[in-house]
Amino acid sequence: MAYLDHAATTPMLAEAVEAYAAAAREVGNASSLHAPGRRARRKVEESRERIAAVLGARPSEVIFTGSGTEADNLAVKGIFWARRDTGRRRVVASAVEHHAVLDSVHWLAAHEGAEVTWLPVDGLGRVPVDAMREVLDEHGDEIAVATVMWANNEVGTLQHVSSFAGLAAGAGIPFHTDAVQAVGQVPVDFAASGVAALTVSGHKLGGPAGVGALLLGRDIACTPLLHGGGQERDVRSGTLDAPGIVAFAVAVEAAVKSQQEYAARVAALRDELVARVRAAAPDAIYNGDPDDRLPGNAHFSFPGCEGDALLLLLDAQDIACSTGSACSAGVAQPSHVLLAMGADDDRARSSLRFTLGHTSTLDDVEALAAALPGAVERARRAGRR
Amino acid sequence: MSGGVDSAVAAARAVEAGHDVTGVHLALARNPQTYRSGARGCCTLEDSRDARRAADVIGIPFYVWDMADRFHEDVVDDFVAEYAAGRTPNPCLRCNEKIKFAAVLDRAVALGFDAVVTGHHARLGPDGLLRRSVDLGKDQSYVLAVLRRDQLDRSIFPLGDSTKAQVRAEAAERGLAVADKPDSHDICFIADGDTRKFLADRLGETPGDIVDAQTGAVLGTHQGAYAYTVGQRRGLALQTPAPDGRPRYVLSITPVTNTVTVGPAAALDVSDVAGDRPVWTGGPEPAGPIECEVQLRAHGDAVPATVTLANGRLHAELHRPARGIAAGQAVVAYRPDPAGDVVLGSATISS
Ligand SMILES: Cc1ncc(COP(=O)(O)O)c(C=O)c1O
Repeated sequence: MAYLDHAATTPMLAEAVEAYAAAAREVGNASSLHAPGRRARRKVEESRERIAAVLGARPSEVIFTGSGTEADNLAVKGIFWARRDTGRRRVVASAVEHHAVLDSVHWLAAHEGAEVTWLPVDGLGRVPVDAMREVLDEHGDEIAVATVMWANNEVGTLQHVSSFAGLAAGAGIPFHTDAVQAVGQVPVDFAASGVAALTVSGHKLGGPAGVGALLLGRDIACTPLLHGGGQERDVRSGTLDAPGIVAFAVAVEAAVKSQQEYAARVAALRDELVARVRAAAPDAIYNGDPDDRLPGNAHFSFPGCEGDALLLLLDAQDIACSTGSACSAGVAQPSHVLLAMGADDDRARSSLRFTLGHTSTLDDVEALAAALPGAVERARRAGRR
Repeated sequence: MSGGVDSAVAAARAVEAGHDVTGVHLALARNPQTYRSGARGCCTLEDSRDARRAADVIGIPFYVWDMADRFHEDVVDDFVAEYAAGRTPNPCLRCNEKIKFAAVLDRAVALGFDAVVTGHHARLGPDGLLRRSVDLGKDQSYVLAVLRRDQLDRSIFPLGDSTKAQVRAEAAERGLAVADKPDSHDICFIADGDTRKFLADRLGETPGDIVDAQTGAVLGTHQGAYAYTVGQRRGLALQTPAPDGRPRYVLSITPVTNTVTVGPAAALDVSDVAGDRPVWTGGPEPAGPIECEVQLRAHGDAVPATVTLANGRLHAELHRPARGIAAGQAVVAYRPDPAGDVVLGSATISS
């Protein structure tokens, strides 16, 4: 099988699996006062420190969550709620956010009286820094929270996060970034970037699914989503998942430490994939920023084809990829990211995402190159009806 | 794979017959919440999950195909337009004709598949003839009779030799959780089953007269002729009783004058049926009149008749009168056969 969907989830690292299994054999609630509890607590705190160290944060800034989705919800809703009381009701977000952010913002607008300013993107999926500047000039004193993702999960475009964070900080506005796709792929440093909050997820970098973290500056007020034991700085409740957290930390550390070497290798493989796809389908449109993008991401529109049809045909040949867009009842909607980039409905529906990762090889790329011409031809026939 | 028991067992049987099978669930609702919810629908999120689970258990790939726009145009809009024109459409038949064995089949063939397999209760053997199911109570050959030769040639109906009870038992044996899911009966896109309200929402109220067929007297008013079906007796709310005291029935609907004509049961008797857009798949098209049976509505009885195909129309002369025959339904001709009555052809009833 050629697995070309590492942005959906990537295989767990062997050392993360080991760490998980070892921790899962131990008993202990990290909130308990006895010895097994203290042992679990110690593992959690060591993990917190490891993550903080490699991501340029202080340990107290690491808030463990049950997923990247939860961390995004916590940042957007929690910071909004905390600052709404000061009369700030505006949320600023880019139009190309992951649904975890996008739908949180829509929900705040629909149910919590939020006003929203959507930051546009250009044809390559980049949010212009000037757009942020303008919003701050116009609405600076109304804004509760601003959020722009570090790297886009569909087209792979990287954003000028520190520029946004700097502008926002200058206006006294907390800035969040969803770095789920970025950590381990490109250099990410919480302190140096100047952001107030940053989302990480375990299963995108070799850790388990169902664990993530919000890096949250000490001075950033954030109202909890979940109430209970107050385990995480009173911002997040729920018994800590010690095995998950341990494995998460192992994976974050490994991914960040090997990032440079990884990115060089995977980007070269990706460039090969792009060349092969172009050779197989000369009219394919390479979406996203050709230079400033995630090393493992290649995203194309195949004119005249439906992404769905291509996916089915490639799947039948054991090639796993994605249309990159969200599903409702399994039905692919045209991607909001592509639409925001100015693509029409047809181009949005004709797109397919190939993402490489730590287990990818040239064989995967070759399998795709071999299967693609036939698939494109058939999908085109099906698309014409 | 609708999420029901029939298509799940059909898929499992197709796999066992050696085919390379892919499960497809059709998303037909533009907004899944607006169509029938619960276990009896054919296009809810729950049905899509049930279909996916069945595909998992059978061990085949599974995808959802979005056919909502096509379905809306070809089936739902057509349904409303047919009622507005005073006819009584059969949306399941239309869905087979335009969606399952057209849009879906075309896409599948283009993608490299050979045929569409469905859980319809009908037989289609190597002789290429479409026959009634062994389970006459569940037989669906009537709603498949619209299919042309080229469509039948790419269709597989693995359930025709089994009764519904056998299909359910087999589903249970195969560990398919949908084994005891209730059958769907009503029209899948009318969420609450209230067809009259569905039409009223789309066509508005258009009051008109209810007229006596014999005297021409106005007996009452209606709020929209589309709410009536030929043969209907209930819901007429007539103040004046018939002179003979017998119940009155809807005899015809005339959209041009927006009138509903009523009369005695005997006036419902029909002996001549004409149909448009005939298809003939049960052999070469007959040059002259032939003796066969015709069925004039879903779940109706078959009536002996002489059928003639001429000038792009089908004409059936019934040997005994039938009642409650509505324009827009299908007239399906069958050749009685101990190995399962054979569908000869069909047409849409025009008069
Ligand atoms: C950019 C981005 N944000 C958030 C998420 C959600 O993370 P999780 O799967 O951990 O909930 C994902 C992955 O699906 C993602 O790609």
